[in-house]
Amino acid sequence: MSALDTVTAVVRGRHRRALRRRAMLGLLAVLIVAGFLVTLTSGRTYYPLSDVLDVVLGETVPGASFTVGELRLPRAVLAVLSGFCFGLGGVTFQTMLRNALASPDIIGITYGASAAAVFAIVTLDLSETGVSAFAIVAALAVALLIYLLSFRDGVVGTRLILIGIGIAAMLNSVVSYLLSQAGQWDLQEATRWLAGSLNNATWEQVVPVAAAAVVLTPVLLAQARNLTMLELGDDTAAALGIRLERTRLIVIVGAVGLIAFATAATGPIAFVAFLAGPIAARLFGAGGILLLPAALVGALLVLVADFVGQFAFGTRYPVGVITGVLGAPYLIYLIVRSNRSGGSL
Amino acid sequence: MTSVTTDAETPDAAFVRRPAPVRTFWIVLAVAALAAAVFASVAIGSRHVGLTDIWRALLGHEDTLNEAAVTKRIPRTILAVVVGAALAMAGAVMQGVTRNPLADPGILGVNMGAALAIVVGITMFGLSSVTSYVWVALVGAGLSAVFVYTVGSLGRGGATPLKLALAGTATTVAFVSLIRAFILPRGDVSGVFLSWEIGGVGGASFGSLRQVAPFLIVGFVVALAVARPLNSLALGDELATGLGERVAVTRAFAAIGAVLLCAGSVAAAGPIIFVGLVAPHVCRLVVGLDHRWLLPFSAVLGAVLLTVADVLGRVVARPDEIDVGILAALVGAPFFIYIVRKQKVREL
Repeated sequence: MSALDTVTAVVRGRHRRALRRRAMLGLLAVLIVAGFLVTLTSGRTYYPLSDVLDVVLGETVPGASFTVGELRLPRAVLAVLSGFCFGLGGVTFQTMLRNALASPDIIGITYGASAAAVFAIVTLDLSETGVSAFAIVAALAVALLIYLLSFRDGVVGTRLILIGIGIAAMLNSVVSYLLSQAGQWDLQEATRWLAGSLNNATWEQVVPVAAAAVVLTPVLLAQARNLTMLELGDDTAAALGIRLERTRLIVIVGAVGLIAFATAATGPIAFVAFLAGPIAARLFGAGGILLLPAALVGALLVLVADFVGQFAFGTRYPVGVITGVLGAPYLIYLIVRSNRSGGSL
Repeated sequence: MTSVTTDAETPDAAFVRRPAPVRTFWIVLAVAALAAAVFASVAIGSRHVGLTDIWRALLGHEDTLNEAAVTKRIPRTILAVVVGAALAMAGAVMQGVTRNPLADPGILGVNMGAALAIVVGITMFGLSSVTSYVWVALVGAGLSAVFVYTVGSLGRGGATPLKLALAGTATTVAFVSLIRAFILPRGDVSGVFLSWEIGGVGGASFGSLRQVAPFLIVGFVVALAVARPLNSLALGDELATGLGERVAVTRAFAAIGAVLLCAGSVAAAGPIIFVGLVAPHVCRLVVGLDHRWLLPFSAVLGAVLLTVADVLGRVVARPDEIDVGILAALVGAPFFIYIVRKQKVREL
């Protein structure tokens, strides 16, 4: 009898958690749509929702067609997409390496893209598309390099993180050197890119990010179950029949791809990849699969931060500065908390 | 939890203590290398000078362009030597105190703490002289050292290399983004800061040297004074206490010495990463683990490293210069990776 009670309690609890998860996901989605609409309607000039909807549906509305269709719409779409990619890529790394601090912006992968982009801007004088392509290739190459360098009888998470830190420090000094050599104009462009910004968002930038999200998101979601096994520790995961290196490689390529495409379009928006996972863990309770929640949190984060950066202050701050300033104290708080509790998300 | 065993923790007897003649030989060799590096630093630059010019300039003449060029190189050389020695010794002390092979003022975020403090000082309080930089940097370096170490040693297992390195890096990232937010609205400051941040000894003068000298001297003295207690600390806290060592006092003094050294060198030359990591490790290989030998030898080797890096920076991209901080990072990072690979790191 009591065994039956326990079973019903467990079933009920599972049911309740699933409900809560669905409700939270729904809430996040609603918030994103609402934020999306707000950024489309308001700004320097206000356009009513009906005008905005007309523009989205492809009709010509004087004034709104340009402001909304050419400026606000690509910007908002890029914000959502890049936030989605950052969040998903970041939480994948955090889950795989079982450490909230091991997000791509801390272990060197984003630095790879940054260094390449600055090199392309300052030294090679490439066009915008060229810079993006270069940054994507470099992020993948740096991730591969970190992976290979930490390979010794398999890759151990700890070693991967530490080697990533070393690579990050090196690339950081490359960026400093390139900036010190840059002319005034290039310097401005490079710093703007480094700060992470959605200014000058165009449809041409949106397309590759969207493609990456569409292709890579299912890949990562399909690996979600294996990823949770990895979270139990390498030995346990192997005992449960997970092919460690294969899973790890697929997951790394997928996550780095997302991060690289998003970074190439917007620059490294500080801390989004890092923050999305822990925030999602707070909202959804640790233990569940956090991939989709973190992706939505990331999207919402970038959308809101960009809006705040544009209109809340006298100067227009790029979105990366806003997320950076908000993220830094939270990061410090999180280090304290995660170290005290002894580890992962 | 991470458990990292370095080769240094399970050493064979010969490794711990090299015979005195061997150590003396290496010290002499290092000092000779330092002399050579110093000579090269004075002699080599974008302007070619002859031996007589160097000699006359050293005697205080400044009549010809060549002699003037050499005179300009003297404070810069001294600064490279002093900063290299300070960083290396700070690194050695930090590695001893934290018993952590990856400790380095740059990795642990101490340098960036000083940098953030200086930026806040410049933007909010209008600081402009090196003296005020030092005081502010001292506060920043001290606070961030305490912070990173506290954070890194929370939780099970104490201050493991992984936790310390991550806490340091994360703190650095957080500080960098705060720095960016501080200087973004201030175009005038950003140029000054950018050149300082890269870390260089090019702008050295005797005036700025004199400002940081007291801090560095006290730092050197304190660090050397804790050399012997550090040896006991290496045995672990319990054993050191059993041997009659006052562990907390030793830790505190060692930290004060390291912070003074870091803050002084950061204020004078900007945040330079990895020198404090590389020099002590190389020294451990040649003179063993005794801190009484290790600390001075690290200082000499650090001075050699930074001076050579400075000279290289002048030669590689003639007539341009590559700042010493950049070269140090480029050389140091592979070494860092090498140490990480060499360790027997178990999975989390």
